[in-house]
Amino acid sequence: MEPLLRMDDVHTHIGQYHILQGVSFEARAGEVGVLLGRNGAGKTTTLKTILGLTPASGGRVSFGGTDVTKKRTHAISRSGIGYVPEDQGIFSTLTVEENMKVAMTRETEETRKKLDTVLELFPDLKTFWKKDGGHLSGGQKQMLAMARAFVGNSKLLLIDEPSKGLAPIIIEKVMEAIQEMKQHTTIVLVEQNFMMASRIGDTYTLIDDGRTVQSGRMADLAGNDELKRKYLGIG
Amino acid sequence: MDLFVNLLVNGLATGMLIFLLASGLTLIFGLMDVLNFAHGGLFAWGAFASVWFYTATGSFFGAIAGAILTGIILGLITEKLIITPVYGNHIQQILITLGFMLVLTEMLKVVFGPNQLAAATPEWLNGSWVFGDIIIIKYRIFIIAVGIAVFTVIQFILRRTKIGLIVRAGVINKEMVQALGIDIKRLFLFVFIAGAALAALGGALFAPYSGVIYAEMGLEFAILAFIVVVIGGMGSFPGSLLAAILVGLAGSFMAYYVPALSLAVNMLLMAAVLIFRPQGLFTAKG
Repeated sequence: MEPLLRMDDVHTHIGQYHILQGVSFEARAGEVGVLLGRNGAGKTTTLKTILGLTPASGGRVSFGGTDVTKKRTHAISRSGIGYVPEDQGIFSTLTVEENMKVAMTRETEETRKKLDTVLELFPDLKTFWKKDGGHLSGGQKQMLAMARAFVGNSKLLLIDEPSKGLAPIIIEKVMEAIQEMKQHTTIVLVEQNFMMASRIGDTYTLIDDGRTVQSGRMADLAGNDELKRKYLGIG
Repeated sequence: MDLFVNLLVNGLATGMLIFLLASGLTLIFGLMDVLNFAHGGLFAWGAFASVWFYTATGSFFGAIAGAILTGIILGLITEKLIITPVYGNHIQQILITLGFMLVLTEMLKVVFGPNQLAAATPEWLNGSWVFGDIIIIKYRIFIIAVGIAVFTVIQFILRRTKIGLIVRAGVINKEMVQALGIDIKRLFLFVFIAGAALAALGGALFAPYSGVIYAEMGLEFAILAFIVVVIGGMGSFPGSLLAAILVGLAGSFMAYYVPALSLAVNMLLMAAVLIFRPQGLFTAKG
């Protein structure tokens, strides 16, 4: 079966820096794929390159069988990719409702259904519906960012470090939410917290110095202490 | 009392003219991160176009519409040819827009001649109302009313429409807006043209207010508009209105009571705001 997302030997330059030097991986529909690696390995740039925010300078990114390497960000997003950045990207002076509406500017029957689903997944959002995004707690912002990305007709969600800076109890809630969202969409996740990654990930891709060094099933990595020690500094 | 009211009305009218110029500038800077030093040129072109259209049609509203149309066309050309190649590079933006400002100014002289032009006030706005010792010039009240109307309409667009919501979101986080499927280039073009149209409207209203117009007027007003953007907070629309009124009133009152300080007062206001509230009186970014 054709993977939903495929990166083939992707290179990305930011200014004079050659950040991605050959990233390849696949994300299959209905699975959670986790990008793992040390700080500065190129995981966030990989997500941004998929979305065209830092366009690829070489290689190929295809989504749903279509080459999106040279497409602009809004077009890639419209083809069905949602994005939750590391800093959540909340519009702080807009209310929760307005944050959601920005993602629903092309409102259709499908987005309205997705809004209902997302409000079932994140019922807390209704409580804060009229509150400014900037006044939410870290966990609430993470929920809003994931809900907003999900509602915009997303077949694939790119989520960057959802556990970063959150208290353990909130991380648990975020994990539950991701597992729920997995029932509705495909997810590619960047995560430093290996415990979290191993619990919710189906597959992994190890990135080091801007290159893919290994990919496989998450269950195989969990038992490979040497690989974890070498590339993640744990185990 | 009569003096105070006159200075107040004069200051408010000047403030509204500066606001029309600064409002576009602040949105362009806030959303597009573009320093547009050619904005004053659009103001001057609005003034000259309105005089030309007024002479040609005899209609004041025809003149206003002609000026706005001129602003829209020049805004489209400026964004496509001048601004688009230098997105993300402030140094290049300053150089090319300053250069284009000079081109716009010189082109005015080529098209309309090198001399000042007289601008007439329409009959129905000529004259004044007299309340005891207080004389209120009709045209100044008209400018204030237009300024309030423009502010109200744009606030409505920003607060109550989808495009307004996207513009507000874009001012806070451009990257995220694109990631949510919105074509930021189209949004930039829309905002730039709207800003150019507002600048041209300001120029058209300034012409009868001043009585004479000249090619270099754009640069003078652009400096005031930049001061207003800094005081009001870059990207903040209400901030621009408040700061423009402050600058207008300060100029009006100081010119009468302390003429030696009338030019310096705006700089002093800006310096005070930068010292105590560097982000400006209002902030649009979160």
